Amino acid sequence: MKNRKTLLVGLCGVSLLLAACGTASNSSSSGSAPGAQGFTPPKLSALTELGQPEGQLNVLAWPGYAENGSNDPKVNWVTPFEQQTGCKVNVKPFGTSDEAVTLMKTGQYDVVSASGDASLRLVASGDVEPVNTALVPNYNDIYPFLKNKSWNSVNNVAYGIPHGWGANVLTWRTDKVNPAPTSWSAMFDPNSPYKGKIIAYDSPIYIADAAVYLMAHQPDLGIKNPYALDDKQFNAAVDLLKKQRPQVEEYWADYLKETQSLKNGDGVIGTAWQVTVNLAKSEGAPLQSAVPSEGATGWSDTWMVAAKSQHKTCAYKWMDYIVSPKVNAQVAEYFGEAPANSKACAEFKDKSLCDTYHANDAAYAAKIQYWTTPIPQCLDGRTDVKCKDYGDWTRAWTEIKG
Amino acid sequence: MTAVSPPSRRASAFFFRKPRLRLAILLSAPLLWLGLAYLGALAALFITAFWSTDVFTGQVVTSWSFDNFVTLFSDSVYRTITLRTVGIAALVTVVDAVIAFPMAFAMAKLASPRAQRILVIAVMTPLWASYLVKAYAWRTLLSGNGAINWLLDPFGLSGPGYGVAATVITLSYLWLPYMILPIYAGLERLPDSLVDASSDLGAKSFRTFRSVILPLTFPAIVAGSIFTFSLSLGDYIAVKIVGGTSQMLGNVVYDNIGAANNLPFAATVATVPVVIMLVYLAVVRRTGALDNL
Repeated sequence: MKNRKTLLVGLCGVSLLLAACGTASNSSSSGSAPGAQGFTPPKLSALTELGQPEGQLNVLAWPGYAENGSNDPKVNWVTPFEQQTGCKVNVKPFGTSDEAVTLMKTGQYDVVSASGDASLRLVASGDVEPVNTALVPNYNDIYPFLKNKSWNSVNNVAYGIPHGWGANVLTWRTDKVNPAPTSWSAMFDPNSPYKGKIIAYDSPIYIADAAVYLMAHQPDLGIKNPYALDDKQFNAAVDLLKKQRPQVEEYWADYLKETQSLKNGDGVIGTAWQVTVNLAKSEGAPLQSAVPSEGATGWSDTWMVAAKSQHKTCAYKWMDYIVSPKVNAQVAEYFGEAPANSKACAEFKDKSLCDTYHANDAAYAAKIQYWTTPIPQCLDGRTDVKCKDYGDWTRAWTEIKG
Repeated sequence: MTAVSPPSRRASAFFFRKPRLRLAILLSAPLLWLGLAYLGALAALFITAFWSTDVFTGQVVTSWSFDNFVTLFSDSVYRTITLRTVGIAALVTVVDAVIAFPMAFAMAKLASPRAQRILVIAVMTPLWASYLVKAYAWRTLLSGNGAINWLLDPFGLSGPGYGVAATVITLSYLWLPYMILPIYAGLERLPDSLVDASSDLGAKSFRTFRSVILPLTFPAIVAGSIFTFSLSLGDYIAVKIVGGTSQMLGNVVYDNIGAANNLPFAATVATVPVVIMLVYLAVVRRTGALDNL
């Protein structure tokens, strides 16, 4: 009872921003029509025109996204920006999406590179505002399949500029895994021949990978979005992962740890990032990777502007600069992901990388279910049920690992 | 003799007459540190444990409830993890004590004074290297085609792979110096004359060990065990590196802060090792081990 109450208090607290308390608690569809994500963001308007650069810019970025030469003198795309615009850039790197959300609440940052599991929370809490894409010339060259997606727009209003993306691919050692797998069954089937040699991702968000598998193999569960799971669907995904656990050799959160596992052959099949596959291959491991028939989870990052920013002109200039073909290519190449700008591939130092990352491949991109924060309001638009939120996901993840 | 003495003289005379005040001022800085920084942080942790987190905005909601503790006790998975963590910590302590005692004995009683100094430095050397490097070194050693399997292979055996056993091995290695040094200090204080007297009275070496050396150094062993036990209890990195799929209490705390942004529940879980340590300290206090720290 107490639990319910606390939850309700929490929900109503958000409801000021979400205006969803009514919809969520009496499960009717009355009131303001919910957005595609099941919530209505606070009313904020985008910048209408650029002014004079303010001379300052505070950037909150994933490590590797805003390099200013301090990590490696040869890797620096911040200094040219400062010279072009006169905006002095202060970069603060963050380690997790949750850290980014918390830091954005301080109001000290002007732009942030948000992954899908952070962006919606920032939109809903009013920490970021819509983006006027007309003020970002390079937006025209962004791949259309990255624009106006559920993690970077609400009701077709853009909240940011796409930066780059990648899939959590299935990877395997070609010398130990035969024939080449085409399905996640190789990792989820209880009779998988690779028992004890499987490597899985160590994060609550990995539950979505199980949901993607169930979407194809148990259609009667009716999962439409792996991040919008009601009780029954969620339990099915958790059960699947509990059954998988005895087969798992280890869970990885550090991609270098996984690289080592694949290289030494302790693990022969697992979920991985392209950068891991490339790294292990370059060290001589016979690896192959693919997005299996069921599709895959992945990430798609977006540059967003803080609602309270005092340096919005500099912020827009930064967003335009960071997705310009050359810089977008530099960042994507350094980080190991597909760039968002369609002209970036021509700027890659290693031309083959764009094929490796499937940068131009809309069909490949469509197979990816991008990371999104699970919230009580079902992201697939259902209003008759309550979905499991990220807190539930975290608790379940602890339970799965046992 | 002048009527006016310098202020410092007057102050010292004043404090001389008021010993309690003198004591209070001398102790206030350390007490402030202990009270505010240390116990205060623990108290804050304990209070946070009764709060909750707003699931969407990630803000801490400061309304009181026992929900976190109910989850902690009702969910069997946390019991399993607590038992596993205590088990690992106890095993690490035993392994360390068994390895450390002969080493410390050789250092304190058999080595020459010069060799003693070199041995103490040798024992401390691993502490100079980064924790992570050592843990990853064990990861390489324990790997499927690592050195341990290579050594065991001719005998038809294979290493433990990644898991609880690997975690115990790694943690035992990491905390060994913290066990050796207190036992070494304890053995050094043990007068040789007692050992000589024991053998003069006809005791064989094992009897001397069991009746003289062990009882007198037991508090030192317990002192070492406080380090190895508490350090293992709070560890989450080693088990992440070599633990395969298993997790310890520290991982639950880490996941709740790092992934779920749920500081209150992390605080609730973090009280478990604190309580276990308090019980452990209360038990070992009677052995006099705390005087050996």
